[in-house]
Amino acid sequence: MTGPMDTFRMEAEEHLSALEDSLLEMEQTPNDPELIALAFRAMHTIKGAGGMFGFNDLSGFTHHLETALDKVRSGSYPVTPELISVMLDAKDHIAGMLESPEQTRVQLHVGQSLLNRLHKITPGDDASHNTPASSEESVKPIPKKIAEAAFRIRFTPSANAFTDGFDVLPILNELHALGSCYVTTIDSQVPELKELEPESCLLCWDIILITEQSIDAINDTFIFVAEEWQISIEKVDSNLDDVEYFDYIGEILVNRGLITSTQVSDILAAKPKTGELLQESGLVSRSDVDAALAEQKALRTVKERKTQSAQDATVRVPAFRLDRLMNLVGELVIVQARMNQLAHSRNDEEMMSVSEDLDRLTIDLRDNTFSIRMLPIGSTFGRFRRLVRDLSRDLGKEIRLETEGAETELDKVVIDRLGDPLVHLIRNSIDHGIETPEQRAALGKERIGTIHLAAEHAESHVVIRIQDDGAGINTDRIREKAKERGLISADSQLSEDEILHLIFEPGFSTAQQISDVSGRGVGMDVVKRSIQDLGGQVSINSNHGKGTTIKITLPMTLAIIEGLMVAVSDERYVLPLSAVEECIELQNGGKSERNDKRLVQIRGELVPYMRLREWFNLSGAIPAIEQVVITRMGEERFGFSVDEVIGQYQTVIKRLGKFYEGIAGIAGATILGDGSVAMILDTVGLAEAAESEAS
Amino acid sequence: MASNTQVRESAADQEPLQLLTFLLDREVYGTDISQIQEVLEYRKVTPVPRTPDFMLGVINLRGNVVPVVDLRRQFGMHVSATNVDTCIIIVDVLVDGEKTAMGILADAVKEVISLGPGEVSPPPRIGSRIDTRFISGMGKHDEEFIVILNLPRVFSQNEFEEMIDSIQYTGAPGVNAELQSSNDDQ
Repeated sequence: MTGPMDTFRMEAEEHLSALEDSLLEMEQTPNDPELIALAFRAMHTIKGAGGMFGFNDLSGFTHHLETALDKVRSGSYPVTPELISVMLDAKDHIAGMLESPEQTRVQLHVGQSLLNRLHKITPGDDASHNTPASSEESVKPIPKKIAEAAFRIRFTPSANAFTDGFDVLPILNELHALGSCYVTTIDSQVPELKELEPESCLLCWDIILITEQSIDAINDTFIFVAEEWQISIEKVDSNLDDVEYFDYIGEILVNRGLITSTQVSDILAAKPKTGELLQESGLVSRSDVDAALAEQKALRTVKERKTQSAQDATVRVPAFRLDRLMNLVGELVIVQARMNQLAHSRNDEEMMSVSEDLDRLTIDLRDNTFSIRMLPIGSTFGRFRRLVRDLSRDLGKEIRLETEGAETELDKVVIDRLGDPLVHLIRNSIDHGIETPEQRAALGKERIGTIHLAAEHAESHVVIRIQDDGAGINTDRIREKAKERGLISADSQLSEDEILHLIFEPGFSTAQQISDVSGRGVGMDVVKRSIQDLGGQVSINSNHGKGTTIKITLPMTLAIIEGLMVAVSDERYVLPLSAVEECIELQNGGKSERNDKRLVQIRGELVPYMRLREWFNLSGAIPAIEQVVITRMGEERFGFSVDEVIGQYQTVIKRLGKFYEGIAGIAGATILGDGSVAMILDTVGLAEAAESEAS
Repeated sequence: MASNTQVRESAADQEPLQLLTFLLDREVYGTDISQIQEVLEYRKVTPVPRTPDFMLGVINLRGNVVPVVDLRRQFGMHVSATNVDTCIIIVDVLVDGEKTAMGILADAVKEVISLGPGEVSPPPRIGSRIDTRFISGMGKHDEEFIVILNLPRVFSQNEFEEMIDSIQYTGAPGVNAELQSSNDDQ
């Protein structure tokens, strides 16, 4: 489904966003070496991968950027706003280059002009800067450091080494300095005490060295003894990822040429403890086995380290597999609920205890599965930082974006669909909210405006706030505009708050001039609609002259819903709890009976409600005492009269599928503990349908 | 049309056509068994409010919500009360290019039969109780005629929309209430 090319693009995009993030941060803290290193690494990886996948122009282009960043890293150039601007533009250019390995002529020109800009900032560099790098040059990035590798060093000093004045210890110390060293002394050549010649050296050493240094550095250690001693240095395996293999000591011994693999497999067939067995069978000496064991240990350490870093890394999983897992877990939850019911109804103690254990496991499993889909919202923040930066420059404003709660997690689907509304709201803040530095200075405000973007968890919801310290919203102007557009009547008495919420009405914009940024009147209503589609709500609070705060409340996930279960006749329905405000009792019908539209009085206010029984054409008589669930959508309230309110219910949302697509008032279905299906109601849709029918 | 050619092709291949036969208002209908997922005993169907009566509602099929259709209502047949023989046949059909599981309510499921090449004839032009567009062929087995249904056509969006439109045109609430109550008989 996803070829290596797609993976390359996906990863390159990730590196690009990492690059962008670090560049933007650099603007704030120009001298943070970590940020520079981060940007450099991202650029370096893109270059290398680009070359590998035949994006030669790309890797040629990034080569120059990498060189420049390398110079910055080494302190040859300062981090300047111009440099960051060029780098950001270059980043966008790279994103375009990812489309295809072949570049268009326009792209080549753009690339060249970017490089020219770069060279103006970072002059005095080698001549290759002025010509596009030939692709061969840049295809293979020269590794700055050799990756960690393991070397097997075995040295046998000559017998007269000690008398010649050589010592082993300094050599061992030197090797230790190169990296982690696992030393085994092999004493198999040492004879019985009576035959021992104390002055001759009969020992040899076997060392596993894990180092980032090259083999030359190790050779240098033996420079003085290379002639006389028997020394062998070999790389165990250039690729330490393949450490699987080293787990078998037999194979290590085979690799060392001490035994053959057939011997090993013969022994292996006999018993598990390979090392001891090989030793007992006399094929290898005790110390040889020890040395091999040391190697095993050393490589295992490396392996552990590798696995650890792999744990921190991420695994890419296609979304449909997650969906399938979610479905299975959803089913499990339902089956578990049935089992629980059964256990209780049978009053079977044993079964009940099993069911309880299973319950705990199921809930754990469910929570874990849901958490897999969760992503920190911070992944979208980078995009906003760029937006604020670019837009404020265009408009000649000085704006700082502060973010908070980047780690707040939301369902991936919610995050994906939240991007556009948030961009819109932030654009609004930049365009309409924050004043120009001159205006701000005249008002006695700080020249630099602030947009504060914060996300936090609140119960089962996530609250996102976009707060600016700009001009705020002029409610008089909104009132005027609304009258002009016929949204409100000339003499209507609306509270400040109600007027503010008029901006969410379709076709409303107060911008004097339609700019590139905003003011086309398609906006706030679309924002409101998309937030509502996500099961969320949006509200606004503004202080004229001081700033505006927009608050978005969202459910954490689209896959589960906190619902209120109600019963009408034989059917069960689930209302989204986020919309429910209160439940009241109603005796013998409501106030005025005006066909389908009924009104109920709550603390002096008349609220319209509908009888679900009538609306859904359900059989049975209306009970003497009805329950009315009052829901709120923005400023309006609407009630639903039901027979009984059963209670809070967390449930997995199931789509009704193509067949029942677009049925007004139904948001989906859910499967209840007893295996039956209940409809999840769309309160907004129902209220709208009822209203349109009544009018 | 597609299934029509399929029937002919399979006839040309000399491969017997296997059909599951079932009863709708005392008449025998059949559908290619390759489309059939399973046959369920009748269970309570949860109605989806304010939808046409032939769209009975949904059932829970191992955690999936599957719509159930009453072809008797869709074809304007007599609807008898649910009894022990009533079944829900789960079929996999392509609804506008999307593979969808659907339930068909049947008065009873009969058997699986094999029809040879000579035993399938094209749909009749006149004289059938249901619209010939929904028929992909007529089978003959043990001196009994079997109407072979063209399920993708039956469930295609256009046909449904037409159906829904015509029902809504006749004035939704009244019709709905009446049909809903007959629904409750089951």
